[in-house]
Amino acid sequence: MGKRIGMEVAVAVAEAVGLCNIDMAAVYPITPQSHIAEHLSDLVANGQIDAEFVTVESEHSAMSAVIGASGAGARSYTATSSQGLMYMHELLPIASAMRLPITMAIANRAVSGPLNILNDHTDIMPQRDSGWISVFVENGQEAIDMSIMAFKIAEHKDVMLPVNVNIDGFQLTHMVEPFEMPSQEEVDAFLPPFVPHATLHPAKPVTMGAFAMSDYFTEIMKAKDEALLNSKKVILDVWDEWAKMFGRSYKPVETYKADDADVLMLTMGSMGETAQMAIDQLRGRGVKAGLVKLRLWRPFPHSEIKAVLKNVKKLIVTDRAISFGGPGGPVFSEIKSALYAEASRPLIYNYIFGLGGRDVAVGEFVGMVDKVLADTKNKAADTYEFWGVRE
Amino acid sequence: MNIVENFDLFAPRLINKQELLSSGHRACSGCAEVLAVRLMCKALGENTVIASATGCMEIVSSMFPTTAWQVPWIHVAFENAASVASGIEAGLKALRKKGRIDDRYIKVVGMGGDGATMDIGFQALSGAMERGHDMIFVCFDNEAYMNTGIQRSSGTPMGASTTTAPAGKVSMGQKTWKKNMPEIMVAHEIPYVATVCPSYPLDFIRKIEKAKSIKGPSYIHCFSMCPTGWRSPSHTAVSIGRLAVETGVFPLFEVEHGHYRLSPDMPKKLKPIKDYFKPQGRFRHLTPDEIEVIQERVTVEFRKLAEKAKFLKTGNE
Repeated sequence: MGKRIGMEVAVAVAEAVGLCNIDMAAVYPITPQSHIAEHLSDLVANGQIDAEFVTVESEHSAMSAVIGASGAGARSYTATSSQGLMYMHELLPIASAMRLPITMAIANRAVSGPLNILNDHTDIMPQRDSGWISVFVENGQEAIDMSIMAFKIAEHKDVMLPVNVNIDGFQLTHMVEPFEMPSQEEVDAFLPPFVPHATLHPAKPVTMGAFAMSDYFTEIMKAKDEALLNSKKVILDVWDEWAKMFGRSYKPVETYKADDADVLMLTMGSMGETAQMAIDQLRGRGVKAGLVKLRLWRPFPHSEIKAVLKNVKKLIVTDRAISFGGPGGPVFSEIKSALYAEASRPLIYNYIFGLGGRDVAVGEFVGMVDKVLADTKNKAADTYEFWGVRE
Repeated sequence: MNIVENFDLFAPRLINKQELLSSGHRACSGCAEVLAVRLMCKALGENTVIASATGCMEIVSSMFPTTAWQVPWIHVAFENAASVASGIEAGLKALRKKGRIDDRYIKVVGMGGDGATMDIGFQALSGAMERGHDMIFVCFDNEAYMNTGIQRSSGTPMGASTTTAPAGKVSMGQKTWKKNMPEIMVAHEIPYVATVCPSYPLDFIRKIEKAKSIKGPSYIHCFSMCPTGWRSPSHTAVSIGRLAVETGVFPLFEVEHGHYRLSPDMPKKLKPIKDYFKPQGRFRHLTPDEIEVIQERVTVEFRKLAEKAKFLKTGNE
């Protein structure tokens, strides 16, 4: 039976990964990810996990090395953040095209410039189309659970895709939280050994990463898209299995007091819990507000999003990133596109905030709901606004 | 009897008959690089895993859905062959230790061109060598970005005309000296560094075999004549390689644990570099004065190397 402990979330993520019998990890230091790397190397140094820890000279080499190790058939792990993730960017679509089940923690942090080490989602958003499974977590418990489940999802024979787990930098990584850490026996029972499809071994030579021109390229892209779409079934199965074993259930889209809501707020990542407090406050005032939390970013849960938004009049989408000169925040444009063909759809308001570590407090969410409800002429719908910006 | 001169006589007995890079690849006719890769594979044998950088050798050997590779082979990107190889080495080590793969010894080899080694992949290579992985990295140096169309790299020699450092009315072509990559690798204090040229196949194979036998990182710098990029007829690949060695432009040597040794193939007296320049279109524009400046540099560099071979030799020599 797992035990209830209090621990810094980044350290706990490393502990959880340590329970997964990884063979190899390659990690380069970057704030606020570094505690994951440091604690993993402690576990290796103390013989608590039997793995090769490769202290690469860059994130680009971290991803390159885990691609090599995964290609050789080793269960391989890395973690990064912000500039490190941007530096890896080139390799992310290659890892997914090669169908290598790498798992990676991302301690989400603002992308430079100006240089900033604090939390937002500007690092993961440019990686959206890399062909990775991408999940966002809300608290430390989820960070642990998702980190372990990531291996099982990635390595499933019907998936064979890399997975990234997005953990808000500082807001989550550096918080000491209470949670239940599964035991080694429980993880062993949950997570089967990695059985790779083909490996770089002389017993059966294979060529990986071949050169393909226009005669095959489109087919390969379609195959990758199908693989990612098909992974959803396995993701749901694995999450269900986790719920049965550990009693904690996860869904691609979660709701809070949403059923009778006149206005819904949508969040991704750690701000969900803060938004939940705002909903309680608003409900206390008699405002029928509710919350939608998006957990699965890729593959995008279209049917679930449509189902939870089908009756609501007004929807607030919050974004911790922006597509400059584009439609607004990346979550906003995704939600709009998901709802476009629906017969009835809500008015959608987009607020961009919490950038570069700016505090996201209960009052911010309350203010957004008040503003949207006051917009009786629907003037602010379908546009985006930087919330709380000094002008 | 000179072994190289009588190669046809010796080759069947001295060289592994197994072709691990099969025919049917798309390399240009007369490509010395593909000859070098073939020789490397013969020396390495089948218990090898290769991580290749983007470049000519990747393009010509792996056109999907075909492959020329009989050994496990992976290509990821341009600048990271050394990091990929280091990851493979770490992965195989862990799996062998845990008994998940058989116990055979597998050599992991990273390979790339001069751009992938000396320019864009320099950091990844330095990191992999410094970390002490049990791997070989082989640079197939054809002295420019040949795959993209003969653009200059830091491996392009002084005076060579390339598409981005062309000879013109006010330019002699490449204006910088070639980066001394083998010495940079020696400075990493890795166990073994060697230069090879496919025009000397037995020396080539011996050095690869030695690198294979050494536990830890080795670096091999391979002179890879490119008829297309060097503006020379395709039948000259081997003879130009010979001239590069005979003139001291590309000396054959090895450095084992810091001890230098010139290859026995090195002539006692070097030929003038104009003999090497003459069959190559890329040097055609050079004036006698310019050639003289380059000749001086080659002479000095070779003398420095010979001094090292004299004073930094192994105890038993």
